[in-house]
Amino acid sequence: MSILEESFSSLHKKLHDRELKVSELVDASYTRIQEVDDKVQAFLTLNEEAAKAHAKKLDEALEQEDTRGMLFGLPAGIKDNIVTRGLTTTCASQLLSNFEPLHDATVIDKLQHAESITIGKLNMDEFAMGSSNENSSFQTTKNPWSLDHVPGGSSGGSAAAVAAGEVAFALGSDTGGSIRQPASYCGVVGLKPTYGRVSRFGLVAFASSLDQIGPLTRTVEDNALVLGEIAGHSELDSTSANVEVPDYLASLTGDVKGLRIAVPKEYLGEGVAEDVKSRVLDALKVLEDQGAVWEEVSLPHSQYAVAAYYLLASSEASANLARFDGVRYGVRAESATNLIDMYKETRSQGFGDEVKRRIMLGTFALSSGYYDAYYKKAQKVRTLIKQDFDKIWENYDVVIGPTAPTTAFKVGEKLDDPLTMYANDILTIPVNLAGVPAISVPCGFSGGLPVGLQIIAKPFAEGTIYRTAHAYEQATDHHKEKPEL
Amino acid sequence: MARITKEQVKHVAHLARLSVTEEDVDTFTEQLDAIIGFAEQLNELDTDGVEPTTHVLDIKNVLREDEERPSFDQETALKNAPDQEDGQVKVPSVLE
Repeated sequence: MSILEESFSSLHKKLHDRELKVSELVDASYTRIQEVDDKVQAFLTLNEEAAKAHAKKLDEALEQEDTRGMLFGLPAGIKDNIVTRGLTTTCASQLLSNFEPLHDATVIDKLQHAESITIGKLNMDEFAMGSSNENSSFQTTKNPWSLDHVPGGSSGGSAAAVAAGEVAFALGSDTGGSIRQPASYCGVVGLKPTYGRVSRFGLVAFASSLDQIGPLTRTVEDNALVLGEIAGHSELDSTSANVEVPDYLASLTGDVKGLRIAVPKEYLGEGVAEDVKSRVLDALKVLEDQGAVWEEVSLPHSQYAVAAYYLLASSEASANLARFDGVRYGVRAESATNLIDMYKETRSQGFGDEVKRRIMLGTFALSSGYYDAYYKKAQKVRTLIKQDFDKIWENYDVVIGPTAPTTAFKVGEKLDDPLTMYANDILTIPVNLAGVPAISVPCGFSGGLPVGLQIIAKPFAEGTIYRTAHAYEQATDHHKEKPEL
Repeated sequence: MARITKEQVKHVAHLARLSVTEEDVDTFTEQLDAIIGFAEQLNELDTDGVEPTTHVLDIKNVLREDEERPSFDQETALKNAPDQEDGQVKVPSVLE
């Protein structure tokens, strides 16, 4: 077992009792990566030299002052669309394969302040577009539970690295399910915070009205500890909310007596695997036994979420990705002799198929004559989806369902058909459209692969999510299962 | 009837600054047609009088004082530029 599989509180105690040095913890991380990452392929770039120097400094610092924060010395993996100064940040795209950011993202500054250690950058679907990591330009990360299955996506590298015990925690980003779906597939805990909860300064933008950064961890408590450090307003992100960050640990009371749970019938309907349904119903029983009450409800516009999402997210992406033109950064195509051709050649050589497909779809949806029929229509449907949730919060504290309709699929299985791949996000996308927070926590297995339970709450009620998820986790042993690698 | 034609795909590719081969055009026409066909299910919903959502937070026009702040020097700012000359980004000719 990797020492990195221990809880933050256990590692914190060992570091403070001098049973363990930060340097040893960081060495353990790189040793584990050496042992398993040729199979898992979660990492794109390692930060080994700088991380080891940082560890040494922290060991010395602990000698000077003996109480540090809960993330002190903990090895962290960072999704490769979050910029890290001087450490190559590629978004898993050929176009950015040589990009060395000039500054750190706000979340990286915050982790620096919390004294965790950046171990390296994690694989993803190119520009966060995908649900399997197969859209990475560099490598396909594998699911640690079964190496011929995908880890999910787009934060597949983040989920796999945590599941494989390579790091203590990872950061990912979630635009339509990109933290929760891989967390579900890899059997870890992944939270998409409320839109605006975490600053996105330094997150390479995909769909700006939907993107959020969030933590992937092995336990709910660890997740709450990371969110507590990275959340909060930043003046560098004008869409970050000026809302106080509560003490999330205080939410972990273990008490869900009287908690009102809504279970949308659309989330247990057609297309959801029988095993997944049973695991979710088992989980509801566990919460019920602790005094929570659940009722079936309807989110009637759920079935329209995927279509609305692909129009909106692709439209926003087509605008955001216009900046990748080979002028100020990135790999420029050398063949062109005039500016327009240079743009076209750079983008055509640098972007992969899925990214091009979404840029094309978004450009079409925003183009003259189609804007009202597609883009604006989708924005109106988004309002209806958000209103579905608003109505639920009048009578319920949380919404619970599966995170994904199935367990992880096989590598290559869905590559040929974009629509089948998109359908996989049907249970996570409505959350992004509504801007609400949601978590995926392990709730058992089907055929040896993890199943994820999704818990959704109203804006800025991450504390309620953590309370529910923690009470469930404490009553079950799923989070203690580890993949054999 | 096709929802999107090859000519439209070529036009959209130009707007998006992507160069496409004839083979790409065939693939994109087929795939975009399928995706747009799928998206047309939104027309089942009556959205008359529904306000579009552009943004879920109640935040508007976040402004700050227009004051000088430290920024990257020229050399640093150009570090990632593929080509440069005399402290400026260099690109192929704009005019033929």
